[in-house]
Amino acid sequence: MSEHKGVWVYCETDESRLKRVALELVTTARDLADKLGEEVVAVLIGNDIERHAEGLIWQGADKVLVVNDEILAKYTTDAYSKALANLIEAHKPSILLLGATTNGRDLAPRVAAKLKLGLTADCTGLELNDKKQLLQIRPAFSGKVMVELVSPESRPQMTTVRPNVFKPAEPDDSRTGDIEHVKMQMSPDDIRTEILEKVKEVVEGMISVDEAEVVVCSGRGIKEPENLKLPEELAKLLDAAVGGSRPIVDLGWLPPTQQVGQSGRTILPNLYFALGISGAVQHTAGIRGASLIVAVNKDPDAPIFELSDFGIVGDLFEVLPEIIAEIKRVQSER
Amino acid sequence: MLIMGLMSPAGQRTGSPRGASFMKIIVPIKQVPDAVEVRIKEAADTLNTDGVPQMLNPFDLFAVEAAIQLKEEKGGEVVIMTMGPPQANAAILKALAMGGDRAIHLLDPAFEGADSWSTAIVLAEQIRKMEYDLIICGRQSMDWDLGQVGAELAELLDLPQITGVRHLEITEDGKHVITHRVTEDGYEVVKARMPVLLTATKGLNEPRLPNIMGIMKAKKKPLETIDAATLGLDATQIGRNGALSKTVRVFPPEKRKGGIKLEDVEPKEAAKQLVEFLAKKGAI
Repeated sequence: MSEHKGVWVYCETDESRLKRVALELVTTARDLADKLGEEVVAVLIGNDIERHAEGLIWQGADKVLVVNDEILAKYTTDAYSKALANLIEAHKPSILLLGATTNGRDLAPRVAAKLKLGLTADCTGLELNDKKQLLQIRPAFSGKVMVELVSPESRPQMTTVRPNVFKPAEPDDSRTGDIEHVKMQMSPDDIRTEILEKVKEVVEGMISVDEAEVVVCSGRGIKEPENLKLPEELAKLLDAAVGGSRPIVDLGWLPPTQQVGQSGRTILPNLYFALGISGAVQHTAGIRGASLIVAVNKDPDAPIFELSDFGIVGDLFEVLPEIIAEIKRVQSER
Repeated sequence: MLIMGLMSPAGQRTGSPRGASFMKIIVPIKQVPDAVEVRIKEAADTLNTDGVPQMLNPFDLFAVEAAIQLKEEKGGEVVIMTMGPPQANAAILKALAMGGDRAIHLLDPAFEGADSWSTAIVLAEQIRKMEYDLIICGRQSMDWDLGQVGAELAELLDLPQITGVRHLEITEDGKHVITHRVTEDGYEVVKARMPVLLTATKGLNEPRLPNIMGIMKAKKKPLETIDAATLGLDATQIGRNGALSKTVRVFPPEKRKGGIKLEDVEPKEAAKQLVEFLAKKGAI
């Protein structure tokens, strides 16, 4: 096992665009690698992706491995798992981190099974124990418990990490590193699935809850879909994303892309408004990382008040218009 | 037919003698504890699931329903399979009551303590002996939420995989699936030739509730119990011994502390105090 060296990050791209989680994980990998005295290696697999290599070095990578091929233009399990498994076999890293995205969670178990590796999904914490093993920390049972896991035998120690849990460091453009292009034998016959079409369901002009600094989220307490006008008005004032808890997304009042919580998105905004949301564990699991949580709920015993930084017990439809008016007033005075 | 399956290479489609539309579908399922009832044992750092009500994993319901719908449309057979303790029988009966034709219970004390890898190898070992066109799993289990067994099983069987399927159709020639696979910002339309492994997610269908007739019939449907020795697996490969990923510690999540809470304050005044607070924090 001692021959296995290097903390690797699979840096996911989507149609040549680098996913933000890659920057989060390179930052985390840098921290782990410094403690282990090992290198950080960023892995880029795709087409037209070399341009991201330098930025990954600035982010903290010592080396970037680039597998660039037209055949990799779209993510397919077969081609990507072959490429990643080949790299691992050739270089023998000690740790491999991937983003727990849709494709990350499709790719990781496939590669793990190819190489007979232990794997943990959707980690929210990573640490090293006294044996310098990677402690993989994650919630289970709908966030009711936290579990720590290790992969004592197999290397690399492999895990997918939930996006928006670790904050990316400021890039340092004075950092230098190696960029290595790897040629791989790829044939269309390797790929057994065919992507006929990609359909985007994101509503035009709707800010994504993943990336927004401020998220205004509504729950059951909003009562009618027409009432969403109020949180939308607040969101507009603050350049915020409009989110929803699971019940109102299930009702179709907001698209699934805007769902916040365990079965939706985990988010890390500076400011989070929970409007008419009681705060079930499934929801709060997705917002624990928010810097500030504001809650408005008519039930004084709603669990959301146990984690909100500022809570108002009251009727949403009386309080929210006043908040909007007050913010408008303050903004007009600036 | 079983002999034929044994002789065919893994992943070979062998169910054609009865016509192109006859489909053989395997649905691996899992019984899970109801998360709402799970507690951590005080000072023991272990999960207490004793006496917690068990249920058929909700994502698996989509898989069972999809398989039954295909069978009803095309003809065929739906085999329910689980690796689990004796009480997982309840989950099997539920899937059979919904309309599964027969079931295989992979049952051995040595299977206990498995991780996703040592689960996948047991399922794969049994499935290699069978004929099938489709394997449909739930996307993930509601207890651990790992979502790894499906893809690991596909790799072990050398099958293509499509994870997170919320729409499924079979092409007219009866040889391919066309699916909608959920992505972060929508879905992609993915086609693959059978045999293929799919993982089912919310939106694929509305799983039926078993009716009384279904529940009565379920108890009479064929149920095979198979242990590790029958599969030819030795104790070092399976369960806790075969697991590559080990649980070190279980602990309660860190509590975030509540802050200011205004009660019985006029909405206008409450709004004013909130905005002052946010401005002071530099949040607006």
